Amino acid sequence: MPGRVSLFVTCVVDQLFPRVGMAMAEVLERAGWEVEFRADQTCCGQPAFNSGYHQEAAGVAEHFIRVFRDAEFIVAPSGSCTSMITHHFFDLFPKDAAMYEEAQYLAPRVWEFSRFLTEVAKVEDVGARLEEVVTYHDSCHALRELHVKDGPRRLLSKVKGLTLKEMSIPEECCGFGGTFSVKFPEVSGGMARTKIDSIHETGASAVVSIDSSCLMQLQGALSRAGSKVRTMHLAEVLASR
Amino acid sequence: MLMSEERLVQIQRAVADQKLQRAVYSATARLKEKRVEVVAEDQLPEYQELREQARLIKKHALENLDYYLEQFEANVIAHGGKVIWARNGDEAADFILETARRTGANMIVKSKSMVTEEIHLNDRLEKHGLETVETDLGEYIQQLAHEPPFHIIAPACHKTRQDIAEIFRKSLNVECGDEPESQAALARRTLREKFLAAGIGISGANFLVADSGAITIVENEGNARLCTTAPRVHIAVTGIEKIIPRAQDLAVFLKLLARSATGQLLTVYTSFLSGPRRTGETDGPDEFYVVLMDNGRTKLLADREKRESLHCIRCGACLNACPVYRKIGGHNYPSTYSGPIGAIITPQYQGVMSNPWLPFASSLCGACAEVCPVKIDIPKILLDLRREVVAEKTKSGGGLERLAFRGYSWLMQRPRLYALAGRLAAIGAHLPFTTSIGPAAKWASQREVPMPASESFRSQWRKRKGAK
Repeated sequence: MPGRVSLFVTCVVDQLFPRVGMAMAEVLERAGWEVEFRADQTCCGQPAFNSGYHQEAAGVAEHFIRVFRDAEFIVAPSGSCTSMITHHFFDLFPKDAAMYEEAQYLAPRVWEFSRFLTEVAKVEDVGARLEEVVTYHDSCHALRELHVKDGPRRLLSKVKGLTLKEMSIPEECCGFGGTFSVKFPEVSGGMARTKIDSIHETGASAVVSIDSSCLMQLQGALSRAGSKVRTMHLAEVLASR
Repeated sequence: MLMSEERLVQIQRAVADQKLQRAVYSATARLKEKRVEVVAEDQLPEYQELREQARLIKKHALENLDYYLEQFEANVIAHGGKVIWARNGDEAADFILETARRTGANMIVKSKSMVTEEIHLNDRLEKHGLETVETDLGEYIQQLAHEPPFHIIAPACHKTRQDIAEIFRKSLNVECGDEPESQAALARRTLREKFLAAGIGISGANFLVADSGAITIVENEGNARLCTTAPRVHIAVTGIEKIIPRAQDLAVFLKLLARSATGQLLTVYTSFLSGPRRTGETDGPDEFYVVLMDNGRTKLLADREKRESLHCIRCGACLNACPVYRKIGGHNYPSTYSGPIGAIITPQYQGVMSNPWLPFASSLCGACAEVCPVKIDIPKILLDLRREVVAEKTKSGGGLERLAFRGYSWLMQRPRLYALAGRLAAIGAHLPFTTSIGPAAKWASQREVPMPASESFRSQWRKRKGAK
């Protein structure tokens, strides 16, 4: 019985790719869920956490916990941000038993979008239609920390008109890595180029992922290479009809 | 930036070197694919259990290292060998030099050993006039080229056959074709003479077995077997963390090591060496020594959080899986140990501030931890090390970056200001100079810069709700 979900629209989606958030809301509503957006939300704290600034990340995490404390299901269009909350919030409160407990209470209620659809909402066919050949990029944190692998592919397989063509290295990192992308631009850019070679080999006209950060990296590299391939978040594909 | 200008230039050069990229990608891809095949569910259903077993055995051995090392030593002595405790490279080299003097050896043959690379043993020995010859084919090529190993298990994997032919031509003064077979045959002929002339053979060790006092060496070329048996003296130089409690534990580790390293079920040779030749035996050295190196390992052992870095069995699987290693190659890491494992042990051996950039040179993709046969949580240790670097830098103020993250944290706890800042940034992004400064310029050097949306999600949502 569908209930109410609270969207966590990551800062990247909020500011750069709002259409992804809108698409996610639409798909969830279509599946019969009531969707809310808590306007006080901001970020998960991952940029600070991954850069070694735990105290600064902890402040952001506390804010997140305050905002979503009483939400039943929290759904995010990102494996990386979801994993930050479900796998790393604990690390931020080693000496704060109360916050640690809050983080523990929060973690099982936070869902990456595709996992929410396949495991909670238990829908695979959301009535989408998209006449396009696409390839799917496994985002690292979704794949290795949340074990998201088949779900998005099952969802894609139910989209009418869509053909999924796997690339030779779907699981290889796109090279984004947060601040890594600007601390080591040449290495990060090189990784993106390796990935887009593999995307091009499939002949797909779009690359789909469940993380907008990876897509931002790939889109940037695709455009720089003069490629016509576009990037699409899974939510955008599922909202197409 | 945290990195020297020189290092940065070298990294840029490696990324741009098409020939190098092709060589490294094809070598690592081959190893990577073979590994995947042999650990697959239908080939090795107990793979995940083996990894967990291996992790637990290593953890137990390290937590009781004092006990097992002494047990190992007692058993080595019982077999007629001797253990030398070396705090660092100086002490290890002194022992070897002394042994060479005493036995009159002036040629030393070596089989593959990362620990001897770590302490630059060859340089130390050559300085004293001892000819030291690497006998693993890849290491031999690297030695002739005057380069350190590029990869933990495939030292010359970045070289093409043409490169190798050229190296042989130049340093051995012989014409040599491009075919690997003739190159191997040439090396074999040259090295055979060295084996016969050497007074000392130096090897590493993959495992030190406490309950039997044996060392285990795995290899594919047979050179380690010659190094450890042909010369009159065999000296194994290895790290104290190589200890495992029981011979039966090898049933776990040998299954994992070859599969993870080269995708083989077992290496061509697996040697168990315990002590010098006994009366009545036809093979083996007259003298057998095991040099047990600390060289920073006990410092690492004292750190409960990151101690698991010492679980490493040097299979190299994390290098093959690592997209950063594959881009920058094995020569752009500050120590002998490259790739993800190098990125976590080097800062721990040398101190985080010796190379403060190293823990940050990762996208934290986690491919390394996924393939590690002893389940070292490399991304987590990288994060811990990043935190240590930041703590060190904060002592001296922390600079602009710290200020930026404090500002970020402050802003992200104030939703209205965050929303406002987002809109201001959206306007700022359209200014012509924005992408020519700071992180945006670094981004733009490789990729097109994404433009902020004309309207944020939160604002669109507000309108949508109002319209409903």
